[in-house]
Amino acid sequence: MTSAPAKYAHYFADFQSLVQGPGAGAPNWLKDLRDTGWSRFNETGFPTARRGNERWKYTNVGTIAKTDFGLAGGPTPANSSKALAPSYRMEGPSVFDLVYIDGRYSPDLSSPAAPSNGITAASLASIASDSKFSLEGQIGRYAPPDDDGFAALNTAFLYDGAYIHVADGHSEKVLVRLSYTTTDGTGPKITHPRTMIVAGQNTDITVVESYSGPKDNVYFTNAVTEISVGAGAHVDHYRLLLEGEKAFHVGTNRVNQERDSSFSSASFALGTALARNDLEVLLDGPGAYCSLNGLYLTADNQHIDNLISIDHAQPHCTSRLNYKGILDGRSRAVFGGTVLVRRDAQKSDAEQTDKNLVLSKQAEVDSKPSLLIYADDVKCSHGATAGHIDADTLFYLRSRGLDLDAASRMLVQAFASEIVDKVQLEPLREYLGALFSAAIPNKSLPVAEAR
Amino acid sequence: MAAAVKGSKPLLSVKGLTASAGDLEILKGIDLEVFPGEVHAIMGPNGSGKSTLANVLAGRPDYTVTGGQVLFEGQNILKLEPEIRARMGLFLAFQYPLELPGVRAWQFLKAGVDARRVHNHEEEMSAREFDQMLKAKVEQVQIDPDLVKRAVNEGFSGGEKKRNEILQMAVLEPKLALLDETDSGLDIDALRIVADGVNLLRSPENAVVLVTHYQRILDYITPNHVHVLFDGRIVQSGGPELAHELEEKGYDWIKDAVDVGV
Repeated sequence: MTSAPAKYAHYFADFQSLVQGPGAGAPNWLKDLRDTGWSRFNETGFPTARRGNERWKYTNVGTIAKTDFGLAGGPTPANSSKALAPSYRMEGPSVFDLVYIDGRYSPDLSSPAAPSNGITAASLASIASDSKFSLEGQIGRYAPPDDDGFAALNTAFLYDGAYIHVADGHSEKVLVRLSYTTTDGTGPKITHPRTMIVAGQNTDITVVESYSGPKDNVYFTNAVTEISVGAGAHVDHYRLLLEGEKAFHVGTNRVNQERDSSFSSASFALGTALARNDLEVLLDGPGAYCSLNGLYLTADNQHIDNLISIDHAQPHCTSRLNYKGILDGRSRAVFGGTVLVRRDAQKSDAEQTDKNLVLSKQAEVDSKPSLLIYADDVKCSHGATAGHIDADTLFYLRSRGLDLDAASRMLVQAFASEIVDKVQLEPLREYLGALFSAAIPNKSLPVAEAR
Repeated sequence: MAAAVKGSKPLLSVKGLTASAGDLEILKGIDLEVFPGEVHAIMGPNGSGKSTLANVLAGRPDYTVTGGQVLFEGQNILKLEPEIRARMGLFLAFQYPLELPGVRAWQFLKAGVDARRVHNHEEEMSAREFDQMLKAKVEQVQIDPDLVKRAVNEGFSGGEKKRNEILQMAVLEPKLALLDETDSGLDIDALRIVADGVNLLRSPENAVVLVTHYQRILDYITPNHVHVLFDGRIVQSGGPELAHELEEKGYDWIKDAVDVGV
């Protein structure tokens, strides 16, 4: 870890400033983890779309590799007021807010959980050295630095983030809102948000993780989230990508589910020059259930890549994967969905769909759902669609008096509502509904050939 | 049976209408006059063009009108977009109503009602006023109130979809309703409900054009005029007795009559 190729020299300089500066007081296990992250990144670098690299086949991260991103500095009184966190309301006795500005926790804007009664919702940096949280061996367990270059880089710069832990049997519903905001400033900034969520047995946690930043700045959010869902626990996880139009975002999400647990995720993405949402769920106990939903709306030259994988490692598990995209301009959406059913995972029940509504002639969708089934007693299905608005449906609406624009709008909104309606928190559902509704382009849309 | 208002102007006047789908000519010269208060039944064998006629009148973009004219309340509507025709008071009940996942019936119907009101320089309906009106219409056409809370036609049975068309018709209160084989695929109970709905909405001011393959629905809705469409032309017109004749003899005698040039 003592050297770096010239092209990563600025990352290395930032790495050294971190480990010798604010990160110098970290416990040894964390220092070691960072070193492992750095050497891994040093070896692999950023992924390339070379032949055989299926995980990055349709997404070129060359621009990320070529940009000199500098490590963002954290909150100052000046930039804290610029926080662009989403503005929906969340109330209740067990609601906690953790706000991060330029990758660092902002105590002024947050309301963490008091360290008692079985709930922890705190800044990672503030508790990393505290042995009672026993973070050693937890952080990086599900998202090890060898996953790919991005996870490795995040690990090298592991300093702050969120740690959410609810102890076994804590029955009260817990809601945590995590807001990671990048502020404007000089030069392209990079942050490495790190989130760890541990739901103890039979607990019920909702986490809303949102990422936002300035509209016109080039910056990069390289996030890693690890989620452990204990036996019988339920986790509702929302991921809101509300980054600026010139932003890059790579999110690596790893979920581990134990027996009879359930995990629901909904990923919403708007804006962002290039976004990658990499989500892997391991169903590691019988009777586990996961429902993974996504909605993305892209325009201009935006590119979004959803790489979702579900591993049915145990019998009697159920998975539902339902992603939807709305594409305009010359934007491109990549969907790679893999459901793996291992040999012993009998009675697995899996469905996956990816549906895309294409609003322009230049937008492009590459959708590859796949099933790898090694058990014989399973129920699995998959499907992908991409198309324009249906001409017959459009005529049906027009025959009732709606003009072309109003009819198209109603249909696009309806397409999105299937995913928006899955949001359980009403204020969040309304917030997202309004956000996506406002983002639907006002224009006449190309129409699919009639039947 | 509501009698035609004598001396009134035709609501719909079709003259020499020809239309094609792609290279295929389907309507080969249709003449039809519908007066306020009337019910016309358009019958004919499969492929005769009767559905095409209903869809061309409603402005379906899949067809190209190649000649003739269509006057609705004296105005030529052939160049008008389908939504403008709808706002003027023309309604097409679809043979295959489409499912609209994510679109609530309430939202869909209110958008239609408001579009027509704005077209007529009226205020949009308040949510409350619309609620009350919709509730009354739901009772009137005897549709399951739960269907109105769901997405339009999503997961509905064939009969429920057709009933929903009748509800839409009741809510939109058209001057001219075109029913495109609304009776096909319905059991006798559903047929009766659809027919009751149509009868309920009959008035001296509006008119209905009923496109049907079968005489069956005419046991419940008595038409003023019955037309037989064959190979894109109306080859015979008459009173309700013509429908019974078709029921007894089938369509073959029409074909024979046309073949020998009657």
